[in-house]
Formats: sequence, C-alpha cells, structure tokens
Amino acid sequence: MLIKELSEAMGVSGAEDEVRAIILKAIKGHVEDIRIDPLGNILAVKRGRHPQENPLRVLVAAHMDEVGFMVTGIEGDGTLRVGAVGGFDDRILPGLRVVVGKSKTPAVIDWKPIHLNQDDHMVKLDHLRLDIGVNSREEANGKAKLGDVATFDTVYTEKGRVARGKAFDDRIGCAILIELVRGEPFPFDLHVAFTVQEEVGLRGAQVAAQAIQPDVAFILETTTANDVPPPRRDPEAPQVTPATELGKGPALTLIDRSVIVDRRLLNHLRDTAIAEGIPFQYRRTSAGGTDAGAVYVANAGVPSAVVSTPCRYIHGPAALCNLDDVDNVLKLMRAALERFTPAVLAR
Amino acid sequence: MKDTIKKLVEAWGPSGFEHHVRALIQEEIAGLADEMRTDPVGNLICRMGSGGVKIMIAAHMDEIGLMLTYQDDRGFFRFSNLGGLRPDTLLGNRVRFENGAIGVIGREGRFWPDGVPALDTFYVDLHDGNDGSAGVQVGDAAGFHRPLEERGNRLIAKSFDDRIGCAIAIETMRRLHNGRSTPHEVYFVFTVQEEVGLRGARPAAFGLAPDLGIAIDITSSGDTPRAMERMDVALGKGTAIKVQDAGLIVPPAVKKLMIARAEEAGIPYQLELLQAGSTDAAGISISGAGAPSGCISIPTRYVHTVSETIDMRDVTASVDLLVEILAKPVAL
Amino acid sequence: MTDWAGLADEFQTDALGNFIGLKRGSAEAEPRRKIMLAAHMDEVGMLVRQIDGAFLRVRDLWGVDGRVMLAQPVLVHGKEALPGVVAATPPHVLPADQRNAYPDVDDLVIDVGLSAEELTRLVQIGDPVTVDVPLLTLQGNRVAGKAMDDRACVAAITVCLEALQKRQHLWDVLAVATVQEEVGHRGARTAAHHLHPDIAIALDVTFAKQPGVGDGEGAFALGSGPALSLGPNFHPKLYEKLQETAKRLEMSINIDPIPGRSGTDAWDIQVARSGVPTALIGIPLRNMHSPVEMVDLDDIKRAGRLLAEFISSLEDDFLTTIAWDDPLAEETDQEGKGSARC
Repeated sequence: MLIKELSEAMGVSGAEDEVRAIILKAIKGHVEDIRIDPLGNILAVKRGRHPQENPLRVLVAAHMDEVGFMVTGIEGDGTLRVGAVGGFDDRILPGLRVVVGKSKTPAVIDWKPIHLNQDDHMVKLDHLRLDIGVNSREEANGKAKLGDVATFDTVYTEKGRVARGKAFDDRIGCAILIELVRGEPFPFDLHVAFTVQEEVGLRGAQVAAQAIQPDVAFILETTTANDVPPPRRDPEAPQVTPATELGKGPALTLIDRSVIVDRRLLNHLRDTAIAEGIPFQYRRTSAGGTDAGAVYVANAGVPSAVVSTPCRYIHGPAALCNLDDVDNVLKLMRAALERFTPAVLAR
Repeated sequence: MKDTIKKLVEAWGPSGFEHHVRALIQEEIAGLADEMRTDPVGNLICRMGSGGVKIMIAAHMDEIGLMLTYQDDRGFFRFSNLGGLRPDTLLGNRVRFENGAIGVIGREGRFWPDGVPALDTFYVDLHDGNDGSAGVQVGDAAGFHRPLEERGNRLIAKSFDDRIGCAIAIETMRRLHNGRSTPHEVYFVFTVQEEVGLRGARPAAFGLAPDLGIAIDITSSGDTPRAMERMDVALGKGTAIKVQDAGLIVPPAVKKLMIARAEEAGIPYQLELLQAGSTDAAGISISGAGAPSGCISIPTRYVHTVSETIDMRDVTASVDLLVEILAKPVAL
Repeated sequence: MTDWAGLADEFQTDALGNFIGLKRGSAEAEPRRKIMLAAHMDEVGMLVRQIDGAFLRVRDLWGVDGRVMLAQPVLVHGKEALPGVVAATPPHVLPADQRNAYPDVDDLVIDVGLSAEELTRLVQIGDPVTVDVPLLTLQGNRVAGKAMDDRACVAAITVCLEALQKRQHLWDVLAVATVQEEVGHRGARTAAHHLHPDIAIALDVTFAKQPGVGDGEGAFALGSGPALSLGPNFHPKLYEKLQETAKRLEMSINIDPIPGRSGTDAWDIQVARSGVPTALIGIPLRNMHSPVEMVDLDDIKRAGRLLAEFISSLEDDFLTTIAWDDPLAEETDQEGKGSARC
C-alpha cells in the first residue's frame, strides 16, 4: 500500500494538491469518469461485473486532507504567525517541527527555555510563532508568504507491524480505498470519492454526495485509539473509555456527533466480519464527526456507515497504528461490498 | 384524540430507531392518505390532495434518549446522548430498551461538582443479578420510561416532544379526510432524527421541494417561576405561532397567514419567540432552493424531562389552526 | 432595491427573499456561464420579545452588542415605524453593582413614549427594532452609520453594475442581495442552490485597524483598498485571477488568510450543488456591529471596480483556466482521455 508516500505528502485542508496527484496516478486505469470537482475532490467510478442487476449507487469515500497550519502574518523579526486549519491539541505545540509552503521550508515553534519560564499554563497557538531562521520580514520574503500552509515534519517509519507517521487520519483510509479500486471489480458500479476539507467541516463530502447522488455510502476513516494508560493509575479514577484499541481490527462506528450509523449497514458489516472471520470492534466513543455526517443528510438522504482503522495520537505529528488492522479494514470492506445487495436496505 | 396521544407518547422510538413509532402511525392513519412511502432515511411521507400549493407538514417521530457505547469490566454501561439530554434530570431515571429491559441511570460521586455534570460521569445499570444484562448490549438504544398522566386540562408525559406534533398531524389528517378537505398538495411527513440535527426533515424537504413548510413541534413556556426562557408564552392561552427561534426566522407572510386563519376562526393563539432551540421548520426553510416556513407550537413546561406538561386546549387549538390553514387557499 | 433599477435586465425575489438582479452577458452560445455576486442586505437588530406595560423588551437577532445599545435612538417597526430610545437608568439612582456593568440585550428596555394601550395597538411580539441613526459624513472619504455590514458591499455591487453599463461582458451576472447572513448565511445557501452559478464572489466587511485592533487580529487600514481572502473556503486559482486583475488595475489590495470558516456567505455558497469556485472580497470596517460602523468610500469604489474589471475579462473558457492541476492530463493528452476538472 502507498501509506508512506501518502503520509509524507503535504495536504492541509484546502491545499491537497500533492495528495491528489499521488492518488490520481495510483487509480489511473482502474476507474473511469475521473473528475476533479470545484472543491478539489477526486470523483470516479469503478465499473462492476454486472451493474444492471444491482442498480444501487454505492459510494465509498476517504478524505485526503490533514490538520495543519496556515501563515496568517509575518512579524517584523521574520517569525510567522499561524492559524490552525482543523482541530488539534494545543499542548503538542511546544518544540514542534513543521514544514511551510510548497517549498517545504523547515520551521520550528520557538519555546521559551525552561530556565526562564516555569509557567505551566497552556500557551495557545496565537501566542506562538514559527521560526524559519531569518531575522526580518524582508528576509522571509520568498521563503514563506501569507496563506502558505504548514504540516508536521514527520518521516514515515515502519517496523514489523507497527507504523509511525503523520496524517494517518485519513491517508490510511485513502490507501485502503486505492487498494479497493485497484482490486477486482465488484458486482455493481462502485462510486469512489477522495474528498477534501473534511477537517474543516466535512466540506468536500457534502459536495461529492450532491454530485454523485448515492443510495448508500461507506466512509473509510482513521479513528482515535485511546488504549493508553491514564495519567495517574488509580483504580477508582473515572474510567477512560478506550474508544478503540490497536490490534483488535476495524472499528465500526455506532454513533458520533455527525451521524447515527444506519443499523442495516452496521449489521451487514458486523455479519460480514463474523462470516469471514475478520476481527472487529465497535468504536466506543461518540465524540468527533466524519464525512458520513455530511453524506447522510445530502440530497434526499443517504444511509451511511463508517469503518475505521484504529490509530493512536491522531491529529499530531506522530501517530501509531497496527498494519494488521489496516489489512483487516481492507479485507472487511472488500467482503462487505462483494456481499452487498439491495436486500441489505430492506426494511 | 387522547387515545392516540397516549399510544404515541408511550411508544419506544429514540433518534435513529423510529421504526416502531412509524408502524404505529401507519396503523393510525390507515386509509387516510392518497399515497404513503418511507424514504431512504426512514421519514414517513403521506400525501393528501393535489393541485394548489405544495405544503410540507413535519412532525418528528424521534424522542430523546441514549445509546450504550461501552461496557466496563463490572458490567456498567456508558452511553452517548441521542438528542439533548438534561444532565440535571438523569440520575435515577428509568430508560427502556427495545427488548423491554429497564435500566437505571446512575452517577459517579456523591456531590454535584461545580457546573454541569459531564455526561461521561453517568452510567446505565442493567445488572440482572444473574451475571447478565437482560439481553441488552453495546449499541442498543433506549428512551425514557414514564406513563402518561392527566390533571384537569393538563397532560403530563415524556416525549410530548414531538409525539404531540405527530398526534396533531394525525388528527388533522382525520379531519381533512372526514369532513373538511384540502385544495392543496399536502405532504404529512413524520420525520426521523430531529433531535440530533433535523437529519430527517432536511433530506425530506430536499426531495419534496415544497412551496411552504410548516412544522408542528413543542416550544417552551415563560409561565413558571424565573423561567429559563423569558418569553410571553403560557399554557392554556392557545396555539403558539412561531415568530423566530435559534434556527428560523418565520417570514412575515407566513406569520400573517397563520394569524389571519386563527383570527377568522376565533382560535386562541399567542406569538412565540424562542431563544434556545429549533425545529424541523428550520431544516425545511434552507433545504435546496429554500421554502418559506413556519411552525405551529405547543407550549410546554419542563421540556426534555420525563414530565413534559401541556394543556389540552392548546392542542385542540393547534389542530383547529392547522386544519384552517390547509383547508383554505394559501397566498404568500 | 431602487439602487439597482435600470442596472440589470431582470429582477426576481426567491423563496427566502433574496433579491436577484440578472444582467445578461453578450456571449451568443446558450446557456451562458454565470457569475454570482453576493452581499447581504440584512443587518444585526432586535425583535420585540415582550410588551412590558408601556415599554418593550427585546431579543437579540444575533450579533447585537448589548454594550453599545444604552441611550441609542431606535425605530420599532410595528404597524408604523415608532421612534424610541433604549432606556438608560441615570447612574445616580442605580445600585453600585449595576453602575459599572453593561446590560445584556435581554435586560434592555425600549421606550417609545406611548401609553400601554397605544403600545399594544401598534406593536406585536416579533416586530423588528433597529437603531435609528443617519449616515454621518466624516473627514476624508469616510462615512459612519448602521448596517455598513453589509450594505457597504451591496453598494460595491452597485458600483460594479454601473461600471458594467459601459463595458462588454460575455458572462451573465447574477447580483444577489442575500438575506439572513447574520443568522447563519441562510439566504446565500438557498440562492446558490437555486441559481447554480459557475463561479461566485461574495463581498463582506472585514476588520479595519482601530485602537485595540491591529495586525494580530488580521485587520487592515481604512482606505488601504479591498482585501482578498485565501484559505480552504476559497478556490486558490480564482483568488490568483482576482489578484492578477488588481495588478492590471494597479490597485493595491490586502491579503486576508482565513484558515477555516470565513463567517460569510462564501461558506455556504462554496458547497452548493456540485461545488462552486468561490472568492471573497472584504471591505475594511471599524466598529463592526455598532451604530457607528465606519468605512472608506474609496474602498467601496475599488471593490466595485475590481469586480467590473474581472467580470469584463471573463472568457467563455475561463473555467478551464482555473482547473486544478492534474498530472493525468499531461500524460494522457494524446489519448485525449485525461480527467475532467473544473
């Protein structure tokens, strides 16, 4: 799978060009009707073996964008003011390394040395500055400009079945979708969408659904695994819900802030997993939202489900996942699509 | 009408799981509609009449509730809210699951912390004393569990929001079928998932593209001590014609039409401004190319608790008003 | 909209009340390409919430700053427009804790000087209340008044339409004065769906530098020309084209990076139908959401001229010039089967 290339590509919401290029090259020849729509979504169709028998429009989608930063100002001393694109924990900012703009100019977030600063209060992004090493605004010219995006500066590494990198949310979803597209055709035509701007409001998915007008949708996501010990080991402390756990297989969403997953689709996914002997888990938190939220209420309504790869430390510079889980998400989706018929949606 | 109301409020149907309520409504309206279908997300769409103006009436079938998301190693369940739950009313409440099992909501700790208790400090107790959970598992949904009570003109129940809207729609369909009639193409849409973001009404309106939308839903009242909502709406003073809420500004033409119909027929009414809260009408108004939309509201005390309280006179006034609007011409 | 009378070929009001003027382009092949311009007509204001004897209580219709309302002259739009005042209790008779605190909009009292019976005859719950201030002409080219947010931008569209009377343009222009922007850009959303434009430019006011508001807040000096926004809400190549147009006019413009929601009509227009390449032009404004919103008339004129120049330069194939970069297209030019993109 193309996880390394996808993970290292720069693709902050609204500036997904590099990711789009990788994906277009990867799916060429395996799909037809490739379109890049006004927002930058990639839309395409993978022809089925006998689509006339199953005229339902089935959509599978994954989002190309990642959270990051945008340069909103250049100070007199050459340091850069940035705003957040998408959401992340401000506590990861001290000492962060990023790359800025298409030229990937390296930068660091300056942090007052501990000798001079004992203050524990969290410092918000608007009080921090990116430092590319210049001394003045004039020197910064040409190296960084207003509107440039910046991403975490992380090289992807793999050891055994453990992978570490940035933007696993949702480049892993994209990698899986690419494999689905490159594999054998399904019984029906499969509509695929690699969407933009999920992290700033499920924007690309809304437009993709309005264009494709699917009857049903599956969203491939990468979701938080909180299977990490709580800060203080106290048996009576309030339980930390693991949400999902690494190594336990694809995570099926029950409900989140954006969608109540259609029960018929959830049951189909669960039944498929059991029949095929694929491990799976339920996503045990209702926090967060995904493209399914936008697709569900699009047009005259689209029953939707979400299948995710569990991943620790998403929305940060170094996420961790288990490649067996990734393989199992692919296996589950292939099987679930192969077995999908209109009868699944019968009431 | 009271029988219908009782059946509806006591039915099980939290957001996302409205199928039982839909089946119940289908029984109640058998033979009344010219056409009936269920759309992709579960809205029940019933057409009466043709010609004239295309009107979408929306009443939502879903009630607030919860979904179990996690079971700890002692067997207690944690949950997600389905719609707006009031944390100050959860402890000790009974919730009912689809298989009939009754759970009790408990809470960690003894004292209220400062501020609003977080939802993740609550849990559902389904221990049956035999190492089981009464057949309930993670992913199952529940609604609150209370029977309907009466006190003079007042009715007390859970889920008047919005089963009373459904009852009013059903009663209107009966009246239009059995006496009055409508010169318009009216779609009575019993919607899903209003409580989680108008997720039924928005696609339904997109599909129908109506010329006018009217939701039937509850609203708060300002007639209790130091009422949270400082509004001039009281129980027993008539049907409430919505002027504005957090999601919708009712166009003056729609407001005027409703007031005119109420005054012509001598129906007691009040004007409603709601600060916090919205209805399916907001979803209809901005769907697709948009549609002028309004709302007939039933003043309600103790909204989103198990003892929502309404006045039957406001209910009959609401039916009367809706019938008047649909039976007569509509010119905006 | 008497401002636009004679400046467009056809007018319509849509389901939500958006006012739309169509000025047809000269391209022969139909259907012609369409550009939508959007500026919102609505202003922040209040609604009558309750009639309290001979006085009125109000509700904020989003965005009203309660702190600027004391002692302001207002108009209550009942059966007639009634001049009134936001009652300010004299400080001498206020308890100490209220003397140094601004009231909430919910605590305000509106006084139109009538008796209780006259009031109930003329005013109803839900009637709008707006501030009653004339336009002030200040020094330089500056004016101050209410509702500059966003009538200043409606005026910019007027300037554009006037300029287009004397210029050729191939594309159809749909000038839209949208409704309900202040409560969630509701009008823009339905208008964009209904009109289905090929590209759209929204205009809204943005923060101008003033005491306490500077670079850190992304503010621009009054009179420093319009601002062009970039970020996920805006098509990057459409933004570049507008920049080129400004250069051609030797017009200096500001750059306004917006990392997320723009809080303008552009947000909802961009996701209409199959997506609309969208841009945002900002006019700097001081004292936003107060009765003394201040703009520089030159900024309005420049925004209008920029629009007119851009619109006149639109060729039939403009959409292909803002297409997303597509590595497949270069490879498959020979086969002629690259991807379609716009």
